Amino acid sequence: MTTAAKPGGPPAPKATVNKAGLSKPDYRGLPSTLCAGCGHDSIASQIIQSAFELSLKPHQIIKLSGIGCSSKSPAYFLSRSHGINVVHGRMPSIATGAMLANRNMLAIGVSGDGDTGSIGLGQYKHMLRRNVPMVYIIENNGVYGLTKGQFSATADLGQKLKYAGTNELMPIDLCLEAIIAECGFVARSFAGDAKQVRELLKAAMSYNGTAVLDIISPCVTFNNHAESTKSYTFGKEHEEILQDINFVQAYEEIEVDYEPGSVQEVKLHDGPTILLRKVEARKGGKGEQEGTQATNGEVRYHDPTDKLAALRLLEEAREKQEFITGLLYINESRPTLLDLERLPETALIAMSEEQLRPSREAFAAALAEFA
Amino acid sequence: MSTAAVDTAPRAVGLDPNRDPVNDFSIVAATVNGSGSQTANSTLIRALFKMGIPVNGKNLFPSNISGLPTWYTIRVSKDGYIARRDTTEVLIAFNQQTAAQDLAALPVGGVCLYPEDAKFERSRDDVTYYPLPVKKMIADLGVDKKLVDRVANMVYVGALAQLLGIEREAIREALSYYLGGKQKAVELNYNVVVASADWARDNLPKQDPFRVERMDKTEGLILIDGNTAAGIGALVGGMTVTAWYPITPATSLADALNEYAPKLRKDPKTDQPTYAIVQAEDEIAAIGMVLGAGWMGARAMTSTSGPGISLMTEFVGFGYFAEVPGVIWDVMRMGPSTGLPTRVSQGDVLKAYYLGHGDVRNICLLPGNVQECFEFGQTAFDLAERLQQPVLVLSDLDLGMNNWMTRPFEYPTTPLDRGKVLDAEQLKQMENWGRYKDVDGDGIPYRTLPGNENPMASYFTRGSGHNENAGYTERPDDWIKNMARLARKHETARTIVPKPVVDRREGAKVGIIGYGSTDPAIVEARDRLHSQLGLETSYMRLRALPLGEEVRQFVAEYDRVYVIELNSDGQMHKLLQLHTPEYATKLVSMAHNDGLPLTPRLVTDQINEMEQTR
Repeated sequence: MTTAAKPGGPPAPKATVNKAGLSKPDYRGLPSTLCAGCGHDSIASQIIQSAFELSLKPHQIIKLSGIGCSSKSPAYFLSRSHGINVVHGRMPSIATGAMLANRNMLAIGVSGDGDTGSIGLGQYKHMLRRNVPMVYIIENNGVYGLTKGQFSATADLGQKLKYAGTNELMPIDLCLEAIIAECGFVARSFAGDAKQVRELLKAAMSYNGTAVLDIISPCVTFNNHAESTKSYTFGKEHEEILQDINFVQAYEEIEVDYEPGSVQEVKLHDGPTILLRKVEARKGGKGEQEGTQATNGEVRYHDPTDKLAALRLLEEAREKQEFITGLLYINESRPTLLDLERLPETALIAMSEEQLRPSREAFAAALAEFA
Repeated sequence: MSTAAVDTAPRAVGLDPNRDPVNDFSIVAATVNGSGSQTANSTLIRALFKMGIPVNGKNLFPSNISGLPTWYTIRVSKDGYIARRDTTEVLIAFNQQTAAQDLAALPVGGVCLYPEDAKFERSRDDVTYYPLPVKKMIADLGVDKKLVDRVANMVYVGALAQLLGIEREAIREALSYYLGGKQKAVELNYNVVVASADWARDNLPKQDPFRVERMDKTEGLILIDGNTAAGIGALVGGMTVTAWYPITPATSLADALNEYAPKLRKDPKTDQPTYAIVQAEDEIAAIGMVLGAGWMGARAMTSTSGPGISLMTEFVGFGYFAEVPGVIWDVMRMGPSTGLPTRVSQGDVLKAYYLGHGDVRNICLLPGNVQECFEFGQTAFDLAERLQQPVLVLSDLDLGMNNWMTRPFEYPTTPLDRGKVLDAEQLKQMENWGRYKDVDGDGIPYRTLPGNENPMASYFTRGSGHNENAGYTERPDDWIKNMARLARKHETARTIVPKPVVDRREGAKVGIIGYGSTDPAIVEARDRLHSQLGLETSYMRLRALPLGEEVRQFVAEYDRVYVIELNSDGQMHKLLQLHTPEYATKLVSMAHNDGLPLTPRLVTDQINEMEQTR
């Protein structure tokens, strides 16, 4: 598919085939049936782009979801991957079983705020507790779209909906829940911020453990009015970006061109790196650490490897109704469920019949105990 | 304190004067739950087993950690009968709370051992008493105070050994088995047994007729409970993922997997496990993990009981419709709700068969003995993968948690049936492929597993309406077509699930249908109906749902067919009537449900009474 540049002619167009020998259309899915402008479709586009850029092989990916608008979206990306759309809120257990059975797959789970924060909160927490290796995306719009506009557990206090009225309950912050549950990769983003979503996705896809991406994804039909904190308007006006994120694959040699001290590197276990450049919020001297400017004008410096700092950041953001995006917390030291189960490198589903049955001697010895 | 447990103490029905007192009687140890009597009782039964005498043990215990009454009955039967009897001739009255009632339940001529240092009223003069100085004996032996409670029950083991003739060496071997060969513990317990036996020899002149003699009827057999048999069966059958949540009486199945998986299923090259066992946060997560693994291509299972399958309902229906394999061991207990968690019942039959939403019919296996618990460990996986749907195995508390004699399990000779799975190469040879297409006319489609590199392989599994190519659809004709194929698959299942076991007797006009742990009572009852009343019966023991054509034929052959089961509404009776509507009036329900294993007397009396009134 590549076009060779003619000598002296214009530069060759950007390569359309990646290291896996696949072009971008190979990563696409079915046409979306979601409402035009739905944030979920933007996220699906970035999943396609990320998988393409990382040269992932689609057949080595599984897509999983529960119930809700968000959970329909796996049909709209990576058609060459096996997908499964299960029951409401219980996708984490399906992913757990699937990854136990075949550890060589990359699992991408897509869930919503109702699916994760209400009916599925238990499975969400236990998936995090087990550190099931998977990318867990929450397409968070604070509303039940598929049942036409009820509050979800992430709906803001005081949020108004046409039929449901005013929400009087505190929202559940799914990133806070993740960090408390020792999740080692927790990020928040905004569907309208394509680059950030993409870089976070690539880092999450390269992370060994549960990687949670809570992405505010406006519901254009039921919750996109200006007052909603899950709307495009609010997102664009209030988004405070923690870092400028670049994901660097292990095989790519990229020179970091930022000033010393302004870039934080996070090495992932198998070689790739996440480069976190603090967003420039105020002019400072050369080499000065830069930070994010909060709504009150303070400059904030966030170290995503500091768990307590991440909790404090989210807690403060909640109190002040701030919308902070970026990599909130990262920790690569936790063993995954597959490590804890001491599973061999060979996937359980790839085991031969001989491996799946005991030896005759071991079998006879076990039975002899009962004589 | 609840008296529910007390109300179900074994009942007396009178001693048979013609009964042979050698190797043919029952013992009941009435103790306090949590008092460490399990080792004593288990030692007793295994010692008798090691003497070659057919035995069966049943633990009747309350849903409680400690303090409530518990009874362990051992049936000693030279004829090999293993059903529960109504009468127990030898009572170990070691529970003060129930002593009076237990004593009252003894038949005339019965035997009662009791601790003489406890309050006990000899309210009857038609039984033989053997008082035992338990406290003094333990004190004289200088047993460490911390261990007194653990070994005190060994006093009745020793006394019984002397009075009945149980060999001391058999007791030592049994103790070694239960104490994992830990020499110090074996010696401590065995010393109590010997001291008590010696004391009984010197102080308790034998006054009753009951005794045991060595036989050779258990040679080559093993003594094992159904849940352990099921666990070993699953490990032999290629189980790779188990997810489970604690619930009585299914927990010991997962315990068995945890115990035997490391012994049986390590990769010899890497020493790493070839399986994963996860304790889930609840039953919904457990079945989710099972279906996730099954979708991926693994042999996955869970063990649970009635309340657990209720929670699994939505996922099971999903698995049926999306056609994902998985195995659920439902070790049935008494419902409804939490019911009587430690009592037996066959109350989940209808629920399990139809578990799901809409038109769902599941495959249910019905093991009738520990041998089948082992065999179905593999059969369930073979069927789940062949038919691509969840398979429920309906065991029960009696079968699952009690010890039964059986011939040793045989190493399987048939390969694992992985069903219709297409790999990348096979797909290459095909022009097109549809996940839910009925290529062979048996209703069973072909599937591909995630990871298959052929671009044709991938598809989207969903619980929503789908067409032959797994595409989303709400078209009425697609829905009907798919449901018709699933119905066709069910008809195929009818022909490949385990066939019933049938014993036809010449001249019989009466048929009996049973399943599961009621089998020993039915077998014995048929012998009695024949020998005592001259009534010949034929017997069909069901081993699976859906019911097959052979069931219809059996029903057609007899004037009346009694359907015996442990539930209140005759659940299998109803399914049989649905299966054979033309013979519906021939089918007579004999449903019984009191939380206890069935006795031959119940079967004999009821059939006799019904036949007499015709």
